[in-house]
Order: sequence, then structure tokens, then C-alpha cells
Amino acid sequence: MKRAFLALGLGFLWAPVLLMAAYAFSESRVPFQWGGFSTRWFTALAANERLLEAAWLSLRIAAASASLALLLGLALGWVLARHGHFAGRPIFGALAGAPLVLPEVVTGLALLLLFVGLQALTGWPAQRGAMTVWLAHSALGMAYVAVLVQARLASLDPALEEVAADLGASPLAVFGTVTLPLIVPSLAAGWLLAFTLSLDDVVLASFVSGPGATTLPVYLFSQLRLGMTPEANALAVVMLGGAAVLGGIAWVIRRPG
Amino acid sequence: MIRAATWAALVLLVAAPLVIVFGMGFGTPIAGVPPVIPPFGAAGWQGSFEAWSLLLADNFYLDTLLRSLRLATVTAALCLALGFGMALGIASAAPRRQALLLALVLLPFWTGSVLRMAAWVGLLRDGGWINAVLMQAGLITEPLPLLYSEGAMLVGMVHGYLPFAVLPLTAALTKRDLRLEEAAADLGAGRATVFLTVTLPLAAPAAAAAFLLVFIPAAGEVVIPEVLGAPDSMLIGRAIWGEFFQTRDWPQAAALSTALLALLLIPMALYQRLSVVR
Repeated sequence: MKRAFLALGLGFLWAPVLLMAAYAFSESRVPFQWGGFSTRWFTALAANERLLEAAWLSLRIAAASASLALLLGLALGWVLARHGHFAGRPIFGALAGAPLVLPEVVTGLALLLLFVGLQALTGWPAQRGAMTVWLAHSALGMAYVAVLVQARLASLDPALEEVAADLGASPLAVFGTVTLPLIVPSLAAGWLLAFTLSLDDVVLASFVSGPGATTLPVYLFSQLRLGMTPEANALAVVMLGGAAVLGGIAWVIRRPG
Repeated sequence: MIRAATWAALVLLVAAPLVIVFGMGFGTPIAGVPPVIPPFGAAGWQGSFEAWSLLLADNFYLDTLLRSLRLATVTAALCLALGFGMALGIASAAPRRQALLLALVLLPFWTGSVLRMAAWVGLLRDGGWINAVLMQAGLITEPLPLLYSEGAMLVGMVHGYLPFAVLPLTAALTKRDLRLEEAAADLGAGRATVFLTVTLPLAAPAAAAAFLLVFIPAAGEVVIPEVLGAPDSMLIGRAIWGEFFQTRDWPQAAALSTALLALLLIPMALYQRLSVVR
């Protein structure tokens, strides 16, 4: 019974993905129609400059926003876990968790209006583009990092930090040599999660981006409305391969012994 | 100092944008850049209640909101039912295989949400894979109108959100104390009774979190209904998107967003209570 559910669920999740992978190697111009084996769609993909440009921009924005989200989320998680009960703590907690639960269409509209308002008041940001997408994705990612960091900090044995302090380490040294190494797994998980969210986001990027800064998901979404070519299938194979390689590396690094 | 800095980040990136959305609901649309007169100007209040009165008077928007909540409920219920079974299956596998099974749940995500929806279009459309297979098999003579329907949209939504339900349920079910179920079985409870009286209550908080984790984003989903849904069955996410990008009526988009948030306030607060470590 449990097995049947698991098989059904995995089959459902994988069916369209496996079909994409299979038909990526089809000669036919129509997606999901078999026309003999061919790798022409991979060649077409490698020659599609607009797509490659969008992919490169997406990767850069994802890496930059995951990094900013890491810093902000670390600070947020630290305050949530270590500052006890301060004035406004319930509001602080609700705001820190809000990006996790807000519908993305609301977050997108809200951040766009923030940027427009800031521009009217201060002249900055002068134009919307990669920079505003970067900030929007960081605002989303920091909430995910904060939750992971907070949970990890709450589960640490306080004796470890106390021992270091008793032996004369300054608070900064305690953080750098004891706390930080202990929370590295959550930081890595948080960075990767923020990276993934940014790389897959259509809605926030559509709202806060400007002309000339088209991320990969936004480009694909616009192409999808015009009708997709089998290039999409080839791209899915490339993404899946990249994810499998990254996952394999993470698996080897984390494997105990 | 770090607390002051994080307060500043939260106020700027989370609180201020939401306050601005609320205020923008009382702005006036104009032809210009930006296409709006804000509710407060140099001369003080200059706002309008047009967007809100249209929202409350026009059944179109109210129907859209209700339809979105209904579809989000169905999506979350389907994800919960299927996800619970899958999580039980993963939790009862050997520990070494659990990581592999979880990876199998997550890996399809890496093709990206847009490409996965493109795949569903390719499978469901009139000349698509499913219709071609059914016609080859001689089961149908005319293609079934699968795409651009509520059913197609639900398939896409469950496909997109299923892992959100599987992950919290798996975490809760792997941690449960199996001796409780053994004790119930030893005392003569049947398998169904054990499930209903022991397993299900133990997993109830995680099940509630899983339901909300799907329900909340599904209520405002844009991409999946846009790609797979029927054009005439409008959902609130698409309505906000359309008011913003097509009609360029920012106050209406902001008022709709505020209304959506108001309806989601209780589910969002419940989710935070269930999930936040305190």
C-alpha cells in the first residue's frame, strides 16, 4: 500500500521529465513526436544566443542573491535564536518568516512598488534590471536561510561555546572558531536553496526586472506562450544532468567515513 | 547592533513593500510613468476608493478569489493524500535508501518549473503524446480536449507542489516512535485502526503544515494556470498579473493583492505557528 503510493507518486513526478529526456533526442520538429534519433536540438541549444545569455545572467543573479541571502539570513537566524525576548520580537519573527508564506505575485508587486517608490524619493535605483532582481531574490532567500540557521543554532550544545569563552576566546573568536564551523551545513543548505529559488523564479523577476535583463525562466515563459520547440527538452536534459552531478558531489562530500 | 541592522533589513525589504501595496490600493491610475497617482501627495490625501469599490461590487473579482481558494484547497488536499502515502513509503524504507528516495522526489524539480509545465502542454494538447497514444491504441477517434481545463491545471499544480507536502511529512514520519504502533497492534488493533488512531494523530501537525505549505502559494499561483488553465476560469494570481502587466492598473492590482493577503492571513499565521522553531 505504502509502496504503491510511493511508486505512483514518483511515477507521476518523473513521467513528464522522462518523456522530455527521451524526446530531446528526437529528430522531429514537433515536441514529443518521435522522428528518429538525433542530437540536433542540443546543437540548436548551444547556438541559441538569447537563451545562453539569459542562462548566464540567471546563474550570476542566483549566485549573488544566494550569497546576500546567506549574510542576511545568518544575521536574522542569529537574532531569532540568540537574542531572547526583546521588544517587538513577535513582529520581528513574523516579518522574518513572511517571505516564506507570501504568495509570490504579492511579493513581486510589493517589491516593484518599493523600488518605484525609492526611485521617486531618492533617485535610486535609477533603472530596474539585474540589480533589482538580485535584491528581490535576496529578500526571498534570506527567509529560508534564517529558518535553517535558527533551527541549527537552537539545537547546538551551549557548553561548546561556553568552554571556548572560559578558555579566553573573545566573542568574535568563539563565533569564528566554534559556532560558525558547527552551522556550516545549514549555511550550505540555505545557500543552495536560495540559489535554486532564484534560478527557477519567473514571477518576482518579471515584476522587478526592466528591459535588457531577462532571466532564463522569464525567457522560457515568454517562449512557452509562443509555442515551444524540442530545444526545451534538450535544455531539460542539460539542467537535470547538472543537478545530478551537483547532487552526486554533495552526496560524496557528505558521506560519512 | 546586529539587531538594529536586521530590523532595518526586515523593515525595508518586507514591511515597507507590504505597506506600500496597501496604500497603492487607494491610488489613481493615469497614463504615465509610473502609471499612477499615489494616494498621498504634496497637498496631502488625494486617494480614491475606486479600486476597492470595484473589487467589492464586481462579482468577477469575488468569484475569482473564491475560485482560487477552492482550487488551492483541492490541490492541497490531493498533495496531502498522495504525499502522505509517499512519505510513509519513504519513512519505512531502509535509512540508506531514504536519502535516495528523497533525491528522486526532488530531482525532477531541477528541470525548472517552466519546462515541466511545457512538458505537460506537450503531453496534454490535442496532438499531444497522451492523445496520440490513445488514438494509436484505438481507444478514441477524436482527440480529447485535455489541455486548457481545470483538470489540466490541477495536474500541473499537484505536480508542482507535491514535494512541498512530501518533505515535512517525511521528516515527521521518520522521527515517529514505531513502538507506539507496535503496542497498538499487540493490543489487537487492526492495520486500519492503528493508522487512524496512532499514525495519523502523531503526524497531524506535519500534515497541517504540509497542507498549508501547498495551499498558500497555490492560492496565488500565476504560471501554472496561465500555461495549463482555461482562459475563462480566472484565478486571482493571473488577475493581479493581468491588471499589472496588461491593463497597467496598479491600484487595482494592489487592491486585489491586499484582498488575497487578507484571506490568507489566518492560514499564514497558522503555518508560522506550526513551523517556526521557538
